Amino acid sequence: MRQVIYALIPAIVAHVVLFGPGLVVQIILAVGTALAAEALALRLRRMPVRPFLCDGSAIITALLIALCLPPLAPWWLVVSGTGFAVLLAKHLFGGLGANPFNPAMVGYAVLLVSFPAQLTQWLPPHLAGLQTVDLGLGDTLYTILSGRLPAQLTWDGMTSPTVLNALRTQTTLGHTLQEAMAQPMFGPLGGRGWDWINLATLAGGLWLLQRRIIRWHTPVAMLAGLCLPAAVLSALDPGTYPGAWFHLTAGATLLGAFFIATDPVSSATSPRGKLVYGAGIGLVTYLIRTWGNYPDGVAFAVLLMNLAVPLIDRYTVPRIYGRREGGQQAGGQQERGRQENPQP
Amino acid sequence: MNMRGTHAGLRLTAHKQRSTRHPVRQANLPAQLVLALDQQAGVPAIALVQVGEQVARGQPIARPAAELSAWLHSPVSGRVMAIEPRPAAHGGDTMSIVIANDGQNRTHPDHAPIDYSSLTPAALCEHIARGGIVGLGGAMFPTAAKLRQAATAGGMHLLLNGAECEPWISCDDMLMRERAQDVVLGARILCHALGATRCTIAIEDDVPEAHRALQAALSLVGTAAPSLAVVSSIYPAGGERQLIHTVVGREVPSSGLPSDIGVVCQNVGTAAAVAKWVRDAEPLISRIVTVTGSGVREPSNVEACLGTAMAELIADCGGYADAAGTSQSVALIMGGSMMGLRLPNDRLPVVKGTNCVLVATPADLQPRGPEMPCIRCGNCADVCPASLLPQQLHWHARGNDQPALEALGLMDCIECGCCDYVCPSQIPLTQRFRSAKPALATALSARREAGEARARYESRGQRLARLEQEQRARLEEKRRQLLGRKI
Repeated sequence: MRQVIYALIPAIVAHVVLFGPGLVVQIILAVGTALAAEALALRLRRMPVRPFLCDGSAIITALLIALCLPPLAPWWLVVSGTGFAVLLAKHLFGGLGANPFNPAMVGYAVLLVSFPAQLTQWLPPHLAGLQTVDLGLGDTLYTILSGRLPAQLTWDGMTSPTVLNALRTQTTLGHTLQEAMAQPMFGPLGGRGWDWINLATLAGGLWLLQRRIIRWHTPVAMLAGLCLPAAVLSALDPGTYPGAWFHLTAGATLLGAFFIATDPVSSATSPRGKLVYGAGIGLVTYLIRTWGNYPDGVAFAVLLMNLAVPLIDRYTVPRIYGRREGGQQAGGQQERGRQENPQP
Repeated sequence: MNMRGTHAGLRLTAHKQRSTRHPVRQANLPAQLVLALDQQAGVPAIALVQVGEQVARGQPIARPAAELSAWLHSPVSGRVMAIEPRPAAHGGDTMSIVIANDGQNRTHPDHAPIDYSSLTPAALCEHIARGGIVGLGGAMFPTAAKLRQAATAGGMHLLLNGAECEPWISCDDMLMRERAQDVVLGARILCHALGATRCTIAIEDDVPEAHRALQAALSLVGTAAPSLAVVSSIYPAGGERQLIHTVVGREVPSSGLPSDIGVVCQNVGTAAAVAKWVRDAEPLISRIVTVTGSGVREPSNVEACLGTAMAELIADCGGYADAAGTSQSVALIMGGSMMGLRLPNDRLPVVKGTNCVLVATPADLQPRGPEMPCIRCGNCADVCPASLLPQQLHWHARGNDQPALEALGLMDCIECGCCDYVCPSQIPLTQRFRSAKPALATALSARREAGEARARYESRGQRLARLEQEQRARLEEKRRQLLGRKI
């Protein structure tokens, strides 16, 4: 799991370069909370603290939550989200290896539902042509810890919507997709600034694939499940539906595909199961993005598919050596025996 | 002919070259031998000798108690000291014959070489049984029983297993290098006993010397020679079911036998032992044992008499490597590092299935950290040669969910240890599966018996109903006849 943490470093660096040091503060808060919550839960459950604290799973949960939040979000947001993730989503279900839902996504979804306003307070990235406000480390710390911006600054004057939000607002106002995407915040690779973060995320994900830490099935299936409907609808009505490329680079698509959906504990377990699971996440993400109330749907899609994992696992058991498809004995004797003798 | 298995598995670092530097040596004859009566799959043999009796080399000292049992012969000449329970490698104390070696090496006169081609297959099977020959790959299944069972179907493909996939064992490699002609002759004898139409000798691609030796031996045979198949050395390539699939291209049905798809698999060592018995009239009284590991001074292969204590073999190979010359810091394993059996001490005797004595220092074995929870990473499923989902089996084994264990194929696990090897959480999966199997096997056989009993009960009911109907019909007929007569 340590390697998953390393693989997130490029994305974190790109994020800090583009959005300022806020993410570092968020990561420190999140990791601190996660480790404290993990230690507390382990102590309460009378389990050895040190080996479990060192396994890195709590740190990954913390990093993923921090990466999903706006860098200037108030401290209690990340602390409550991470605490909820580790204590309730993970340890209440039995801790490492036993949690049915991805803890980071539970934490994020709780925040998204409870504090939607705070989650939209993204500043524009530090790029020429965008209304950039350069907050130093001091101002960043002040904002996060007090929950207020430094004097003379207001959220309304500063925040910039994410691309998915911007597109949604613009199309609701009656603009066509092409008009909406002519805004300066859009670049050739989706949102400007986000393009670099996405590339860095992709690089980390590909490294994980190359190191065989994750398997290709889930990411590829998820991206296909998202891109195929996007490509079809966009071909039918290019004025309303953005294409596959946009969805690939928008929001948490790549982070979700390589770092969230691939969480082994909460995902399907056989290769075929992983394909079904990934494709489901991609499809549900597309549905939420296109017709749902939330701009991005990766978190909800992952949680919904987590729910479906036991079902998927049940129907995607690989064919065992010497047995026919479906797990029956080649001779069929045992199956016959079972049908004739229903257990009382 | 080169082949790759389609099943998963592991590419392990081989340590075979450590024990293949020297030719096979004759181990020193021990002063005392302990011969367990149950060194074969099935039923323990019945002793034929009394305490105090003189025995000769090759003399039968125990006879099979049933079809699934085996003859046992004395490896030396000497005197029977005791017939009593002695500790055995496969666990617990088993009834054993203890023989003191008198060093005179008198040979039992009753055995004579035979011309196998003049015998009928059934007579040849019986002769092979009298040689005390069992599967030398480790399973010790009585060879004659396997041959008889398969010969009834006819048209078999005999597959000789020379794919020694365990990373430390090299006894079959050395056997094929030095006694390739024995292997080939054994193959021909077994073919005759089976009425087999095809024969293939399968070896791994990392034994070039054995390959050349076998090719040379095969070229002497001419037509109808067994063919040679080279499989890639991916553990467990030499697992019976895995090898059959690689070479023949068909899977052995789950809970079926290889003969169900027309294949009989025998170890190359077994074939060589058959050749020795038929050609030289020497029954199975010794075998090649690999003595290896970093804990032994001169790893090598030795031809050891059955019943020799493992300590004597280790002493024969230079003794323990640590300064004090003791077994304090080593693990003794019979078999390989993947599937071998941990031994409690080095006083246990060599049995027919002892292919290797691994004297392993901690560095030789995969280090094991503390066990952590399963995170369902699926590495185990990637390497499982039976295409099982060990992570799911582990989960259901913890909950003792027998229907799920059955559906997920617990009984199809071949206990190869690949899943343990790759588990990042250090879970001893194979051990869990091994201990979960008996309960499931009991439940399955109970269900099968219940099904049979029910079928019996139902057919009895139908039979009684039919009888009653017939009787009524007969009475009716009689009454009609009587009535007819009256009128």
